[in-house]
Amino acid sequence: MNPLAGCLLVSALLFSVGLAGALTRRSAILVLAGIELMLNAANLNFIAFWRFGPHPEALTGFIFVIFSIAVAAAEAAVGLALILAIYRHARTSDVSEITEMKG
Amino acid sequence: MTLAFLILAVLTVAGGVAAMTLRRLVHCALALTVAFAGLAALYLNLGAEFAGLAQLLVYVGAIAILIVFAILLTHGGESDPEKVFSPAGIAGGVIALAVFAVLGWAVTTSSVAHGWGAGAAAQTSAPQTSVREIGLTLMQRYVLPLEVIALMLTAAMIGAVILAWREKRSVDPGAPSAPPSPELRV
Repeated sequence: MNPLAGCLLVSALLFSVGLAGALTRRSAILVLAGIELMLNAANLNFIAFWRFGPHPEALTGFIFVIFSIAVAAAEAAVGLALILAIYRHARTSDVSEITEMKG
Repeated sequence: MTLAFLILAVLTVAGGVAAMTLRRLVHCALALTVAFAGLAALYLNLGAEFAGLAQLLVYVGAIAILIVFAILLTHGGESDPEKVFSPAGIAGGVIALAVFAVLGWAVTTSSVAHGWGAGAAAQTSAPQTSVREIGLTLMQRYVLPLEVIALMLTAAMIGAVILAWREKRSVDPGAPSAPPSPELRV
């Protein structure tokens, strides 16, 4: 197995772990953490394809990772603020107990 | 595939698994930090120094702290530690396993694993990228996405502040002089 396939397998494993966490956990914070793990797995793919691809000097995957990290930071900030707002309203951060959208 | 890569990969995946399975939320946040740091080390190992350090700065430095803040502000310890998985947890686990099976099958049988990467595998040295080159690329070819990202970060900051703002109207609109109820102070 060459290094590129190794990177892709690690990334697939990390993505699946994040997906399992996002789908199975009750805490909204950990659902968000699972989504962050999935984003990071995608970033690892970009870095691996940039490193082992035919044109690393174009820096395409590299720049994509920088932008992706910025988007993930914004997403985490807004997501955690949403969880705080929901917690103040519903007194819980358990996603299986938050069942209504009406305020 | 080197030994360093294997160790870092095992560390990262173990951190991720621990973050998704531990019962106490604070332990989960700690394990998540380990996973993020392992990923940063993987980027460094692959020769992407700038991305690795940005990952360390943003994820280990900011997002992990943000998650710990959210856990403490929502009293993460009060949730029942016996019920951490949702009722549909088994279905979620099966879906995740199926996704991993498909991804693993695709990676191991594609030409990426055999033919396409073989030429690149011979190129063992990492591509040389200086921060100057990255900055020039960002400022010349990718300047429009950079501005869009800047706008999005501003919007996200304003949105997060508005969302986390204390709801004043929900206290008691009939008695404006009444002190706010203590449970609204977060």
